[in-house]
Amino acid sequence: MAQAVWGTLLRLALCAGAVCTTSSTAFLYHDYCVIGAGPSGLQIAYFLQQAGRDYIVFERSHAPGSFFALYPRHRKLISINKQYTGKSNSEFNLRHDWNSLLSHDHRLLFRHYSHDFFPDADTMVRYLEDFASLLKLQVQYNTAIVHVTLDRDQQAWNGHHFILTDQSRQNYKCSSLLVATGTWVPNVVNFPGSEYVEGYETVSINPEDFAGQTVLILGRGNSAFETAENILGVTNFIHMVSRSRVRLSWATHYVGDLRAINNGLLDTYQLKSLDGLLEGDLEDLAIVKDKKGKLHITLRFYLENRNTSAGINSITLPQDELDNFATRAPYDRVIRCLGWKFDFSIYNRSLRLMPGKGNKKKYPQIKPSYESRGTRGLFVLGTASHSVDFRKSAGGFIHGFRYTTRAVHRLLENRHHGVPWPSTVYPVIQLTNSIIKRVNEASGLYQMFSVLADIILLRENATTFEYLEEYPVGVLAELETLTGRKAPNGLFVIIMEYGRNFSGADKDVFYYNRAVGEAQHAWQSNFLHPVIYYYKRLPTEREMRLRPPDWSLPRPDAIHHIVEDFLTDWTAPNAHILPLRRFLENCVGTDLRNFFAESCFLFAFTRQKLPPFCQQGYVRMQGLVGIKRLQRHAVDAGLLEDYTAADFTGDRLLGSPEGSQDQLLRDRAMPVSPLQHLVTAKDEL
Amino acid sequence: MPVTDTTMSAQMDRWICSFFFLLFYASSLPTLGNAKLLQELGPQEYFSSLQAGRASLAYFSHNVSPSAQAFLEQIENSVEALQDYGISVVKVNCPKEDVSRYCWKENALRKAYLFRGNILIREFPTDALFDVNSIVANVLFALLFNEVKYVETLVDLQNIENLLKGRSNMVFAYVPATGTAEHRAVMEAAFVYGTTHQFVLTTEATLMKEAGNDEPGSSAQLFFCHCQLATDPAQPCRRTPMKQALTMLNIHRHLKLMGAPLVTEVAEDPEKVSTVHLQLGLPLVFILSQKETYEADRRTAELVAWQLLGKAGVALLSRDVVDSNVLLRSNIALKTPDEGVPIKYLALEDTDEVITLVEDKSKFEQIQEDEDEEDEDEKENDNQDIQDDQVVEAVSRDRKQELPLEQILTLTEETFHTTMLEAARVVVMFYASWEAVSLAVQRSYVEVADHLKGTQGLLLSQVNCWDWPGVCTKENITQFPTIRIYEKGGRSLTYNGMLGTEELASFIILSQVSCPLKLATIDEAEDYLRGELPSELSSYHHTSILGVFSKATSVAKEAFVEAGNILSGHVTLGLYFEDDALALSRKYAVSPPALLLARSRDQSVEGIALSKQSAQDIVQMIRYELLDIFPEITVQNLPRYLQLRKPFLIMFSDGDISQMERKEMLKLAKGRPQQAFVTCWLNLKNTPVGHGILKAYFATLPSLPVLVWVSLHTAGQVFRFPPDQSVTEMNILSWLEKLKAGLEIPSSTLSEEDWKPPLPAYNFLQMMETTVPEFILHTSYSHGDTQEQQQPESSEEKATVREERPEESGVKAEKGQSPGRDLRGTAPRLAGREKRHSEL
Repeated sequence: MAQAVWGTLLRLALCAGAVCTTSSTAFLYHDYCVIGAGPSGLQIAYFLQQAGRDYIVFERSHAPGSFFALYPRHRKLISINKQYTGKSNSEFNLRHDWNSLLSHDHRLLFRHYSHDFFPDADTMVRYLEDFASLLKLQVQYNTAIVHVTLDRDQQAWNGHHFILTDQSRQNYKCSSLLVATGTWVPNVVNFPGSEYVEGYETVSINPEDFAGQTVLILGRGNSAFETAENILGVTNFIHMVSRSRVRLSWATHYVGDLRAINNGLLDTYQLKSLDGLLEGDLEDLAIVKDKKGKLHITLRFYLENRNTSAGINSITLPQDELDNFATRAPYDRVIRCLGWKFDFSIYNRSLRLMPGKGNKKKYPQIKPSYESRGTRGLFVLGTASHSVDFRKSAGGFIHGFRYTTRAVHRLLENRHHGVPWPSTVYPVIQLTNSIIKRVNEASGLYQMFSVLADIILLRENATTFEYLEEYPVGVLAELETLTGRKAPNGLFVIIMEYGRNFSGADKDVFYYNRAVGEAQHAWQSNFLHPVIYYYKRLPTEREMRLRPPDWSLPRPDAIHHIVEDFLTDWTAPNAHILPLRRFLENCVGTDLRNFFAESCFLFAFTRQKLPPFCQQGYVRMQGLVGIKRLQRHAVDAGLLEDYTAADFTGDRLLGSPEGSQDQLLRDRAMPVSPLQHLVTAKDEL
Repeated sequence: MPVTDTTMSAQMDRWICSFFFLLFYASSLPTLGNAKLLQELGPQEYFSSLQAGRASLAYFSHNVSPSAQAFLEQIENSVEALQDYGISVVKVNCPKEDVSRYCWKENALRKAYLFRGNILIREFPTDALFDVNSIVANVLFALLFNEVKYVETLVDLQNIENLLKGRSNMVFAYVPATGTAEHRAVMEAAFVYGTTHQFVLTTEATLMKEAGNDEPGSSAQLFFCHCQLATDPAQPCRRTPMKQALTMLNIHRHLKLMGAPLVTEVAEDPEKVSTVHLQLGLPLVFILSQKETYEADRRTAELVAWQLLGKAGVALLSRDVVDSNVLLRSNIALKTPDEGVPIKYLALEDTDEVITLVEDKSKFEQIQEDEDEEDEDEKENDNQDIQDDQVVEAVSRDRKQELPLEQILTLTEETFHTTMLEAARVVVMFYASWEAVSLAVQRSYVEVADHLKGTQGLLLSQVNCWDWPGVCTKENITQFPTIRIYEKGGRSLTYNGMLGTEELASFIILSQVSCPLKLATIDEAEDYLRGELPSELSSYHHTSILGVFSKATSVAKEAFVEAGNILSGHVTLGLYFEDDALALSRKYAVSPPALLLARSRDQSVEGIALSKQSAQDIVQMIRYELLDIFPEITVQNLPRYLQLRKPFLIMFSDGDISQMERKEMLKLAKGRPQQAFVTCWLNLKNTPVGHGILKAYFATLPSLPVLVWVSLHTAGQVFRFPPDQSVTEMNILSWLEKLKAGLEIPSSTLSEEDWKPPLPAYNFLQMMETTVPEFILHTSYSHGDTQEQQQPESSEEKATVREERPEESGVKAEKGQSPGRDLRGTAPRLAGREKRHSEL
């Protein structure tokens, strides 16, 4: 009630003046408010700053990255910091740098901060501090936003302003709210005896405190295993219990699952070295403390009608009925390592920021464009935005969300400032090259596989095309409005994918013949590889909605897989580029081969039409003359005819069917491809 | 096709067995498996052993003379064969003193006798029985005297034919000679079928010719004459020739097929149907019929059946009995003899397609592939993964060649900016090490570096954008390769000319002089026009262009300077902008603003008034003025002339053209300065690819030189100047008049074909559909709402996919098709469905 009155008063105060925003001294106005100066908050701040936008970042702590100041407790980050890749390509190297944020400043690469493959969390804190200060980002520290509400205003960008209130009752008014608070509220479970449970947040990290103890860990994520790893050598034994079975990141290709660096307990469990792993629902659990302070595991079921204070002896333990019950041994400590969830508490009901469903309930519900489902203009960034690709891609981690954050920024630039999504226009002969370049070096595509995709928009007659980088495929249907680019003539979507049915919690990812080597079987590739979807028109929202489960895109008009590569180097002329070119040729319906100037010269005199390469090169006086040695190679390959060598007397001239130009021309007469047939047949119907 | 082959041969085996089984019955089998089949008897024994109705071949001998030995061997060899027909072979040993009828004659020993019972049928001279074939053929021929009529004339044949009409069919065989293997085959067939069909034999090649067979030649032929069905006495019986070689098996097969009903009616599951045709390894064509159109369908089926007689069976399949969903779209079904291959349902347009379907094996396969595109993919894979890009292939063949990069500095992101300060001019080639065109240009660049070695103030360098994308992005490199010259002052110039050694080298040199070059005095201007300024370019430039501007024309001057920037590196421009500009221009009879052109080939200076004021117009004008009047066309300079978008009058010459022709052509070219075509010539010695052009234009290589008119941009017609006329301006002009009037016939017309994809791509979409079911499931309704028409297509794909899995062939019923699609009137147009294979 008091709040409502307060709100009304605010509104009155606000609109008393002619220009609400400036007249009010009660509000500090910014176009963009960012909550949280963690990696994603700083990342969006960087982009907003670069674009010269009016923004502010609120950070409750005195320094950025407060989560990393605390976590992980054992201080070892599990994001890789690869010093060497054998390549100098900075974009490519970002594929193996999971800690750096994106910026133009080369000093702000994480490898300059740490040489550890798995760096220390303190380094991250230091890095984030540098990132904020070197780039002079607008961060307001010691400002904890405690309440967020809406203020309706038809003039506002989104029909409302966001009103933020900090711990000292200072109000801030923003047109767009960017939530980068991560997930920091520890998940807890309540069961009888849960008061005996220690939390990951506070549990001792000194192994000596665990010497000779028997430990039960609740949870089976990286924090649980990290905790176990730390005390593995000093405990009697560790048991780990969780509802579902352990998911190994090398089997699921999901970096959020259990990483090999922390999985020492799996070793000791499988080698029967006393430690163990159990599955069970924590909700059914109950813990009873005996007089000696030992903790006994029992089931809530046995406690139902009993007074827990009645003492251990009156309580039925599972082993009373089942004398080989697995966790019958008493524990000295029980540690909860159940991860974190998003802090929903500060958002007014009117923002309708709802938790996701099922295993995504720790994240707020957002659209694939990272905008809240409940409130226009509220975007969720960083770890909190992971519901879009939870257990699929890297959107919950720095190396993933640095790209999704950039995507959000591009969406905002288009929506609020009329700056369309950046794109480059190329002549069609660069089609194959533009794709090859990106799939070989682009980091955003690689990290955010199945989520971010490059888009090629064909222009009329397919003589030129527009290249858009790292667009969120989930909102492909809304591409035109979200990017400000037009797609009337068909489009290609370039995306990276793992093979279907290859990754999974119980899949054997080391089976014999797991890798595909031949281009014609590329669609069966298992490891991350580029896939190109071709649509003759933009898929509709309905088609996007009805796409098969686990498919990032609806059924295309044609599809191409570039065969997986052991070195992730997709530049082989015959295995990678040639099949891609054939695919592109058949989609755009033209010949995309390169020709030496001499061939173009011949075509110019003998054909009414020229292939695009000649048209866009030779005819514009940019023909590829080539040196003699190359022409000789082409002649040897039968792809160019050597008119100098042959003695062109009448008969010879006529009767040399082996001529390579003949072959070129003969190729022209090849039957229509099945692919094209497929495509054109649809046209006709 | 190996699969089909083996199944075919399996089929063969099967019916070979049945044939012998048949023979087994036909013969009475006197002896089986005897060690020695040739009986040796005395005359008495022999004659007493003869049974009524049994045939025997006897050879009477006293003692074995060496000359008879060979014959005796052949007789012995044929014992078994003859026994199959119930004919025993006996060697009768005549006692020395025996002078009975068969023993006594001296020449009796040169003869063999055929008896039926004890009646002598025929006596054969032993030289007529030279091998097993001739023995069997002649013996059977003699025995089947009534069954096999021998004719010598066409009239005889027609008489027999007429007699048979309406009664029985006739088998007419031509063998070039009796006693041959073919003759034997015919006789053996006659032995089996003689009672069913009338056999007629001839050895007269002339008869065959008269009977309307063009080339009887030496090969034997056999026809089945359908006289039983013939009702019109005036019409000859319909004949079905046997296409295969005349062997016993083939004849048997042919007769079996001829004996089978023309059209079978099927009212059961077609998968279970088996007919003679299928048993004999031939396909069975089902024509889908329904009650309403039964009569028409029946007629169609018969029509088809007659055409396919001997090649395939035809059956009329009632739609009512088959699951209707399967068939709504098809009108034809094809069952192959191969076991386990499901029936293919097709929709064809007319009966001819059915015929081609069966007859033309390749076409048949294509249609099959249409239904089953995976096969097609496999076939095409042969070419699909072969590189057909000449540049990519050439570069990849050259990849092991080490490039001499000593003259080229390789830059990195770190060294790029410092290097730009190291020399007055730094040329940078931005390339990608994986990109073929860049690598091709890199090889030219190496040559350029070699040419320009030691040039003062010039540094050649390269940046691999695959290694250093940062610098390439910053320099806004969007295409590979990009060649850019960075000058110390911060100016940069991007090369946009031909990617060749000479052109690039020339650009690098020309562009080092400011463009336009400001000239301060009239003397300098004159030196410039003489080509003496700037001295470092004397060996490079061809035409000097001097812009002359008075103080009053500074707007035009600015435009000229801007044009100079655009043309920098391609031409040399001078600028004279002094008070006495008027004096200079007056000398060349123009007034400022004006251009003075000093062409290197003739010493004259041409003055042109500068009427256009925009930089772009001036660029166009300069480019135009630099074009030759009668150029020698080369690979390098053609694009400049192509841009005029005019027809070409081009003289192809092997080496230099003669003075006389040059003079006439020049006259022609100069006579009409603004004329509507490009007059030029091509030296085949300099531009050998010209041979390729001539090859495309003419069927035979014309005698050189040859004058050709090509309208490249309209209609693409090619005309050849009449070789009997001499190349003079007058002749050419009158010829051109005739061309315009449409009185000449083009030698050829340039193909206006589009540059379509040279080869298909891997059809991953389809491959995925076969194995990823959810992909298909989501097809129909994802397209369903917006494009309802697509549904049949996608569901058809679904069915196609299913068809590939034999165990699911029964599920084909799912083929979703809107009912009511008109399938009536299967004859003669079979359906309205698009002609799928016609595209192939």
